[in-house]
Amino acid sequence: MNEQAIKDLLYKLADDQLILGHRNSEWTGFGPILEEDIAFSSMAQDKIGHSLAFYTLLQELGEADPDTVAFTRNANQFHNSQLVELPNGEYDFSLIRHFLYDNAEIIRFEMLAQSSYEPITKVATKLKGEVKYHVLHANTWIKNLGTSTEEAILRLQSSLNEALPYALGMFEKSKYEQELIDAGVYAGEEAVKVEWLNRITAVIEKTDLKLPDLATIEPKFGGRYGEHTEHLQPLLDEMAEVFKIDPTAEW
Amino acid sequence: MYGGGNVFEATKFDDVQVEDPVKLAEFEARIARGEKIEPTDWMPELYRKQLIRMIEQHAHSEIIGALPEGTWITRAPGFRRKMAQMAKVQDEVGHAQLLYSAAETLGKSREQMLTDLINGKSKYSNVFNYPAFTWADSNIISWLIDAGAIVNQMANAKGSYGPYSRALERICAEEAFHLKYGHDAVVHMATGTPKQREMIQAALNRWWPPIMTFFGPSDKMSTHTETLMRWKVKMASNDECRQQFLDMYVPKIWELGLTVPDPKLKKNMETGQWEYTEPDWDEFKRVINGDGPCNAERLAVRRTAEERGAWVRRALLNPKAKYVKPLA
Repeated sequence: MNEQAIKDLLYKLADDQLILGHRNSEWTGFGPILEEDIAFSSMAQDKIGHSLAFYTLLQELGEADPDTVAFTRNANQFHNSQLVELPNGEYDFSLIRHFLYDNAEIIRFEMLAQSSYEPITKVATKLKGEVKYHVLHANTWIKNLGTSTEEAILRLQSSLNEALPYALGMFEKSKYEQELIDAGVYAGEEAVKVEWLNRITAVIEKTDLKLPDLATIEPKFGGRYGEHTEHLQPLLDEMAEVFKIDPTAEW
Repeated sequence: MYGGGNVFEATKFDDVQVEDPVKLAEFEARIARGEKIEPTDWMPELYRKQLIRMIEQHAHSEIIGALPEGTWITRAPGFRRKMAQMAKVQDEVGHAQLLYSAAETLGKSREQMLTDLINGKSKYSNVFNYPAFTWADSNIISWLIDAGAIVNQMANAKGSYGPYSRALERICAEEAFHLKYGHDAVVHMATGTPKQREMIQAALNRWWPPIMTFFGPSDKMSTHTETLMRWKVKMASNDECRQQFLDMYVPKIWELGLTVPDPKLKKNMETGQWEYTEPDWDEFKRVINGDGPCNAERLAVRRTAEERGAWVRRALLNPKAKYVKPLA
C-alpha cells in the first residue's frame, strides 16, 4: 500500500474533525438553550479526540507529533473541507452543517471499520459509536425544528442552501482515490456521497424543508488540497496563540 | 464554581411571624433533626424566597463563570489542555442546568431566572466580573476559584433543601476534577520556562484580590443571617470559609515558589487564624452593583446569546413541533 495515500486519507479525516471540533467548542457558553450548549461542547470533545487518534496514526507513520501537526501548520497545509472552517453563524447554520457533515462522516467511519488497513480499522470501529450519537442528535433536531415554526423552517432552509455547495466539497477526491479503492481501504468519496444523499434525503423528507437539486450546485472544492476560505487561517492563529509563545514548553 | 457572598435580603422577622406557628415549629424541628425539605413539603415563604435567590445566583455564576474560561478553550495550548478545558467548562454549564432545575422546584422558571440575570435583577459571583487576560489567568481560575467553590459548596451540600443539596453533591464530585486539572496546569506553568513562571505569577497577582472577596464580606459587616443558619440555608460564615480556603491553599501556592501579593498574609500560630490585608469592600460593593471591569461585557454576551437563541426556544414551544424521540 502506498503510504502517501494512507497519510493523505488520515490528514483529511483528522483535519476535518479538528476544525469542526474547534468550531463546535465555540458554542460553549452561547447555546440557544443550555442543553444545546452542552451538546455542542460534548461533540467538540469527541471530534477533537478523534482528530488526536488520527494524528497519532500519522505519527506512527513518521509524521511529527500531534501537537506539532495540529498547532503549527498553516492553512495551506490543512486538508479539511471548507465546510468545517466556515464560521458558526447562527444556530441554524451550525445545526445544518452538523447534520450535513456528520451524516457523511458516519459513512466514512462505517467503511473504514471494514478497511483493509488494520490500524485505521481499529480506530474507526472504536469511534464510530460516538459519531452515531452525533448523527442522532443532528437528525433529531432537524426533524424537530424543520417541522416547527415558519421562522425556524425559513432559517434552516436558507442555511441548507448556503451550506450545500460546501457540503458537496467534502467529497472532493484525493489524488490517490483509485489506489485507496483498489486496495480496499474504503469505497471512495463517490460511494460516500451516494449513501450520504440517501440518508440526508430520508431525514429532510420528514420535514418541511426542501433539498435543492444537487446537479445544479457547484461544489466548493479545494480544501483537500490546501485551498481554504479566508476563515481558516484566523482560526489556526487563535488556536496556536498560547502554544506558539513557546512551542518547546510543557503547558 | 461559585463562592459565597450571596446577596441575602436582610431577614425580617415580620416575614416569619405571618407564618402558621404550628407548621413553622414542625418545619424547624425537622431541620433540627437533619431531615431534608422536599419541593412539595410546607416551607416558610422566607425560606422559599432565600433559597430561590441563592440557587439562582449559583446557577448564574456557573454560566457566567463559563465565559472567562470559555474564551481560552479555542486557545488552549496542545491537545491535552484543549480537551480538558472544553470538558471543564462544559461541566460548569451542566452545573447551571442542574441548578436551574433545582431552583425551578421552588416555583421560578428557568426563563424567568435568565431574564432576571440579563436585566441585572439577580446577581452572580462577583469574581467573574474580572477579566482572564492570559492563559495563566484561566489556570488560576480553574485551580483557586474552583477550590474556593468547593469549600463553599461542600458546606452548602449539607444544607436543608433536598434538591439543592443533592445537586451540590454531584457538582462537588466534578469540581474535584477541576481542582486537579487547575492544579496540574498551574504546576506546569510554575515549574516551566521563565516566561511561564512570569505569566502565572502575574495572573496570581491579578486574581488574589478578587479571590479574597470570593466568600463575601467579612462577618463583621454581614447582614443578620441567624435565621438562615438555623434553617440550614446558609451553612458556614463567610469568614469561616475564607479561613478554611487560606489554610488549604496558601501552603500549596508557596510550595510552587509563587508569592502571594499581600505582605500582611501570615498564619497567627496562637489563634490559628490567618491574618491578611482587609479586602477592599468598597470596591466589592461597587463591582457587585455593576461597576466592575467586565460586568457590562458579561451581561451583553449573555443577552446576545439569549436573543440569538430565542427563535429556537419559540420553535420548541410550537405545538406543531413533533418531538422526535431519539432512538438510541
